[in-house]
Amino acid sequence: MSNFKLFKSGFKNGIPIFLGYLAVAFTFGISARESGLSSWQAILISATNLTSAGQFAALGVIAASSSYIEMALTQLVINLRYCLMSSSLTQRFDPKMKAFHRYIIAFGVTDENFGVASAYPHENVPPAYCYGIMAAAIPGWVSGTALGALSGDILPASILSALGVALYGMFIAIIVPPTRANKTLLGIVGISMLSSLAFAVTPVLKEISDGFRVIILTIVIAGAAAYFFPVKEEGEQNE
Amino acid sequence: MNNTYIYILIMALVTYLIRMLPLALIRKKITNRFFRSFLYYVPFVTLAVMTFPAILTATESVWSAAAAFAVAMIVAYGGGSLPIVATIACAIVFIVEIFI
Repeated sequence: MSNFKLFKSGFKNGIPIFLGYLAVAFTFGISARESGLSSWQAILISATNLTSAGQFAALGVIAASSSYIEMALTQLVINLRYCLMSSSLTQRFDPKMKAFHRYIIAFGVTDENFGVASAYPHENVPPAYCYGIMAAAIPGWVSGTALGALSGDILPASILSALGVALYGMFIAIIVPPTRANKTLLGIVGISMLSSLAFAVTPVLKEISDGFRVIILTIVIAGAAAYFFPVKEEGEQNE
Repeated sequence: MNNTYIYILIMALVTYLIRMLPLALIRKKITNRFFRSFLYYVPFVTLAVMTFPAILTATESVWSAAAAFAVAMIVAYGGGSLPIVATIACAIVFIVEIFI
């Protein structure tokens, strides 16, 4: 497939991300203004960070005038999951892929972009496909922030509410279809959701931040799954 | 009062490094079967954990969200493509919230 077709295909799959980001970034724009930042600063944060939970947490850090170290640590903890995602994604890149592609794609590693890139149907995810996803996602995130910051009530609440599930609908579309042919995956997805629910409602455990919950459960569940159900590889006979 | 722009620089830098370092440093295909399997399972666990129960509080009403969740799961299991599942989930929320 030509690079342009790959780009287009990534862009098409990135459209739900665009819509979801528009809605989520919209609320970020509003929150940023409420916490005392200018519209320009809110937009600058979205354009340079491209992350939801980290940015919302940053508003609290800035509003409290906490130390720069605290800002760095907050971002590190909340966004550490991207480290897992990048480690997983790099296995899906051609080892010969040029370094500059990796530096640019790195900026676009978000929960959603990562999910769509991982769902690419072939072994090696081409850079053009990643750029297509980013070309849909980044404008959604930045323009959503701008809209929210500049005028908090452009979209009616009912539309915002409906768009609120777009990202989750996407996640479901990524993780559920492969479970039909692979019962191990079905079990893993089910256990992951139930464990996440358990963490959300159990006293003490529910005090753990969302970012940490994702990291802990990912390491424990994916680790156990890898131990008990190692994936068969095509190169396995060479070992 | 700390400088807002320094905050923004720090958060952007930390977030970028977390994403960039594994992509830049791990170039080779990992051959260890356990780690390969672990990294294969990562997206499934991560996205499942982030979806549920967070989806239930993503809308104005827990009922519209629960309906969207259930329908999205069924449509996805039936093989629905990504834009289809996302759009249907949004539509369900919109429709359910008209009636409550």
